[in-house]
Amino acid sequence: MHNAYFDALGAVTAFLTFLVTFIPRAVVQGIPLLFGSTGEILTEKSGNLNLGIPGIMYVGGICGVIGSFFYEQSLVDPAAMNGLLAVLIPIACCLLGSLLMGLIYCFLTVTLRANQNVTGLAMTTFGVGVGNFFGGSLIKLTDSEVPSIALSRTSEFFHRPIFGKAVTENWFGQIFLSYGFMVYLAIIVALVTAFVLKRTRTGLHLRAVGENPNTADAASINVTRYKYVATCIGSMIAGLGGLYYVMDYASGVWSNNAFGDRGWLAIALVIFTIWRSNVGVLSSVLFGGLYILHLYLPIGRYPAVKELYKMLPYVVTIIVLCITSLRKKREDQPPQSLGLPYFREER
Amino acid sequence: MSEKKREPLFHISKRGETPWYFAWIVRIVAIILALLVCSVISVVMTEKNPFEIYNYMYKGAFGRADKTLVTFRDVAMLLCISLAVTPAFKMKFWNIGGEGQALMGCLASAACMILLKDTLPSWLLIVVMLISSIVAGAIWGGIPALFKAKWNTNETLFTLMMNYVATQLVAFFCIMWESPKGSGKIPVINQRTRIGWLPELFGEKYVFGILVVLVICILMYFYLNYSKHGYEISVVGESQRTAQYVGIKVEKVIIRTMLLSGAVCGIAGFLLVSGNDHTLTTTLVDGRGFTAVMVSWLAKFNPFFMILTSLLLVFLTRGASEISKKMQLNEAFPEILTGIILFFIIGCEFFIAYKINFRKRTVKEETLNA
Amino acid sequence: MNQTTAAVSVRNVTKRFGSVLANDKVCLDVYRGEILALLGENGSGKTTLMNMLSGIYYPDEGEIFIDGKPVTITSPKESFRLGIGMIHQHFKLVDVFTAAENIVLGLKEKLDMKAAISKIEKICADYGFEVDPRQKVYDMSVSQKQTIEIIKVLYRGADILILDEPTAVLTPQETDKLFAILSNMRDAGKAIIIITHKMHEVQAISDRVAVLRKGQYIGDVRTATATAQELTDMMVGHSVSLNIERSEPVNPRPRIEVKNLTVRNEEGAIKLDNVSFTANSGEILGIAGIAGSGQKELLEAIAGLQPVEPGSSIAYIEDDGTPDELVGKDPLAIQDMGVSLSFVPEDRLGMGLVGNMDLSDNMMLRTFRKGGVFFTDRKRPRKIAENVVKELEVSTPSLSTPVRRLSGGNVQKVLVGREITSAPKVLLTAYAVRGLDINSSYTIYNLINDQKKRGVAVVYVGEDLDVLIELCDWILVLCGGKVSGIVSGRGADKQEIGLMMTRIGGLTPEQAADILKNETAATEAGGAENE
Repeated sequence: MHNAYFDALGAVTAFLTFLVTFIPRAVVQGIPLLFGSTGEILTEKSGNLNLGIPGIMYVGGICGVIGSFFYEQSLVDPAAMNGLLAVLIPIACCLLGSLLMGLIYCFLTVTLRANQNVTGLAMTTFGVGVGNFFGGSLIKLTDSEVPSIALSRTSEFFHRPIFGKAVTENWFGQIFLSYGFMVYLAIIVALVTAFVLKRTRTGLHLRAVGENPNTADAASINVTRYKYVATCIGSMIAGLGGLYYVMDYASGVWSNNAFGDRGWLAIALVIFTIWRSNVGVLSSVLFGGLYILHLYLPIGRYPAVKELYKMLPYVVTIIVLCITSLRKKREDQPPQSLGLPYFREER
Repeated sequence: MSEKKREPLFHISKRGETPWYFAWIVRIVAIILALLVCSVISVVMTEKNPFEIYNYMYKGAFGRADKTLVTFRDVAMLLCISLAVTPAFKMKFWNIGGEGQALMGCLASAACMILLKDTLPSWLLIVVMLISSIVAGAIWGGIPALFKAKWNTNETLFTLMMNYVATQLVAFFCIMWESPKGSGKIPVINQRTRIGWLPELFGEKYVFGILVVLVICILMYFYLNYSKHGYEISVVGESQRTAQYVGIKVEKVIIRTMLLSGAVCGIAGFLLVSGNDHTLTTTLVDGRGFTAVMVSWLAKFNPFFMILTSLLLVFLTRGASEISKKMQLNEAFPEILTGIILFFIIGCEFFIAYKINFRKRTVKEETLNA
Repeated sequence: MNQTTAAVSVRNVTKRFGSVLANDKVCLDVYRGEILALLGENGSGKTTLMNMLSGIYYPDEGEIFIDGKPVTITSPKESFRLGIGMIHQHFKLVDVFTAAENIVLGLKEKLDMKAAISKIEKICADYGFEVDPRQKVYDMSVSQKQTIEIIKVLYRGADILILDEPTAVLTPQETDKLFAILSNMRDAGKAIIIITHKMHEVQAISDRVAVLRKGQYIGDVRTATATAQELTDMMVGHSVSLNIERSEPVNPRPRIEVKNLTVRNEEGAIKLDNVSFTANSGEILGIAGIAGSGQKELLEAIAGLQPVEPGSSIAYIEDDGTPDELVGKDPLAIQDMGVSLSFVPEDRLGMGLVGNMDLSDNMMLRTFRKGGVFFTDRKRPRKIAENVVKELEVSTPSLSTPVRRLSGGNVQKVLVGREITSAPKVLLTAYAVRGLDINSSYTIYNLINDQKKRGVAVVYVGEDLDVLIELCDWILVLCGGKVSGIVSGRGADKQEIGLMMTRIGGLTPEQAADILKNETAATEAGGAENE
């Protein structure tokens, strides 16, 4: 009797210990997705389906890498690195790069009214190319043995837990306080985006543009401007996801194609959260968890089962997509004019 | 002048009738401009003169007989998937799941090759592979179509997600059938016996596959333009109300067309496994499912123009990779050039469809100024 | 009235669209504290005139005064600034937003939903609107949506309201409610213009009536002193002879027998109420009625495109007298039954034809299933297209021109040409000459007459009473989804039909009751209406 009790207690303790190590890993996996999906939610709310997000995240990442690479190179004494500059330079470069991508997308789809799917896919080809090209070029510049660039000193400033190392000793600290500043930035951005969309006039007008640009236009809302601003800001937020991945998650190591399919997963997260970025905060952790679940689940005799576990985020997304369309609840549908160009004189 | 109205600098309107060659002039100008931009970038990167660069590109794609063959093989594969997604696009069903549908075809073919190699003669195995690939691709395309037809589920997002489900499914089987154990890879299947391999034609590999795709291209042209199904697809794509008015069953057309779209993707998968690579990896389709969207759209859904657009894209990729090899640039260089050219071609469609009328100063104002 | 200045004063305003004179030197005054009904047939220029007040169009000539001051209204924004609010027939609302969110959309001030909601609730209390500001628009009935549009205008402080056929989409009960609110607004000192062509509504709500006919201002009268007869005369004018040839019916026999046809639209509102009639072969049956009285639903129900309520019956009578039921069949099934039925719908490019396809491809819409197993026959449609172009004198650059590039008249010739090529037994046409010039119109009349001579049962939905009277053998008048009466085209009286369009049964309550007894088993609600 006593033994059974202790066994059970032991199992519970083991599980809790597991959670304390598992959740932080899920969080750091989820943060790039959270940035990406917040950016894409903002974009889609304006009626633009930007399938270029994966490319934009690559560009955001590589621009940050380029910025910090040259900053690190310019220093004679590495120890004299200014923490503020080490953080701000990559962030500024990242924002600039992803803003340019956003502008290209807007110019083609909003001003030139090109097909959004085609433009988005071309953006992804281009963005991944830019990321890998400049990544590869930098790698060559460093003459290193391994095909990657390590910006460990810059990464130190990104990776350092902002609440200090001391608080991370206990379980609470480990789960909630052990991360670099960009994790909290992602959560703040997601919550602010949700607030802006739901509670402010700008958000109301933006949603009107995405739902029914004709009506918005008739209410003297500048459809073009809203689409441009939302899509560009969305791109910049998504770009930060790429930057976070390199600088914090990967400890400043850029290697080509390492970012993988996370951009598409971010788009999946948009659907999963049914276009609500505040829901994305927890959902991204869930997605991050699903993404690495295969490392923890029993695989029995077949190691291949791991690969099936990796399918989970996508399958879950499909199920959510189907359920929302089956339920036909109007609030849960994609913005009504998503993917359609707007031309006032065409009715 | 009591009223002061701010007039915009220009006004955009839809073009009326334009001569047939107008669109082509715009497109050709766009491609020339894009090539100019690309060569400027290449010159900056390599510090070589642009003609040398074009020469490298040409050599990369058509420099030697074997290179030419590989170029045509790649064109054929891209063309095949582009042809597959076209009927769906004509119906305004945005199938960006060509990647997954083709990958399922690959999986089905490879499975047959591995599991049935000792039971069937090679020719019969090839037939079984083909059929199972078609079925696998059709199922993968049919599922989103069913949901679109019945519940209007967003097909772009659905087919996109299906790609990754397919990728993981393939990854699973890659490990199930790995050899040697622990490598996580499937080696070339039936390398010794060549069972399930497409036969060589004229003593060359790939030729069989290229011919198959050419036949599909011709069939697809006639299917889209001369068959009853093709006609129904066009009507549904243009106006669902008109379709109902003449008694076309819209749901049925959507599902049927996506089954076809998936099936042709399945054939592409079959050709990749049986004709080209004789193995199975998650990257076998190599993003062609996405590139195909652009190929098909750029060609305005005309199968024969698609030969040109897929040739253009493959030429760029292979040419630019030659530059990057020769100039010790990075292997991602082609993707940048491809992206730039695509931006130009995508953008130029605006100038074909719309007209920009710059504001003309009114007579009144001119007299006032004078 | 003389000492007060008009809230809106229109003087000699002219507006042309190409060669069409939409408004010809129109003058109009509206005062605060009154409801002005703007009466006129379709195409008489009412909406054009009002669109000039709301800044959508700009007049070619003439002046507009607000409170006696000359103004130029160049944009909807400018119109708002002057206190003019127009409620269009097509609502501009975002479905997934709440009523309140829609109302404040486009304003500049900081978003404070609580304040907005209480302001909206105050407006509702002032005028008697029944609206929950927190309700989503997709959950609303048409009349609620219209209410939102009205509140939207009031919220922005408009005191000159223009309503474009506000009752077209409302049930009688909803109409009563709207009228009560309009009275409240009038009592609050607003100037209100209501566009309509329903006579009883004019009499129920307005203080004054202004009448437009064919772009010209006919005059205005105080509602209290005018009779329905006088107003109808002003609206339709006197008969004009058009000289449309009308041959004697050819061996007329029942072809389509409609019994107790009831149709609801997607929102569940009744569009056709217990309609029964017979269309004979070799005759033209005209359908008259103000726009939206159920004409579209009637034709689409016969063509198999419109679900009908249980108990409805549409029978196709074959030459030997055997009836075939058409209810529950789609167009393909009807065709498979061997019923040759042609339909020229109102929406030519959105339904009847595919705008981006060329002439021969459009000919194929009806015939592409014929011949061959898998491939379409391309030669026949091309030949049909050639014939249609030649015989109907369609002016087109070539057979491979997309039809959307053709002019309205030529588009219609292509559509009608295709529909009669299949040698139909029944031909349904909706507004076949709308937007066409005189010559094209006569071509269409002749085509329809030829079909009649061939023994086809033609159903002709039209809006011009002069044409209906000269072309049709019988005229069925619809009013609010009910059959108001059926008259012979020969010797029909235009005024009488005009009255029947606006009131069940036309002339007197007794006659109306008679017709109702004979034609349908409907309630006598319409007939009980008094003057």
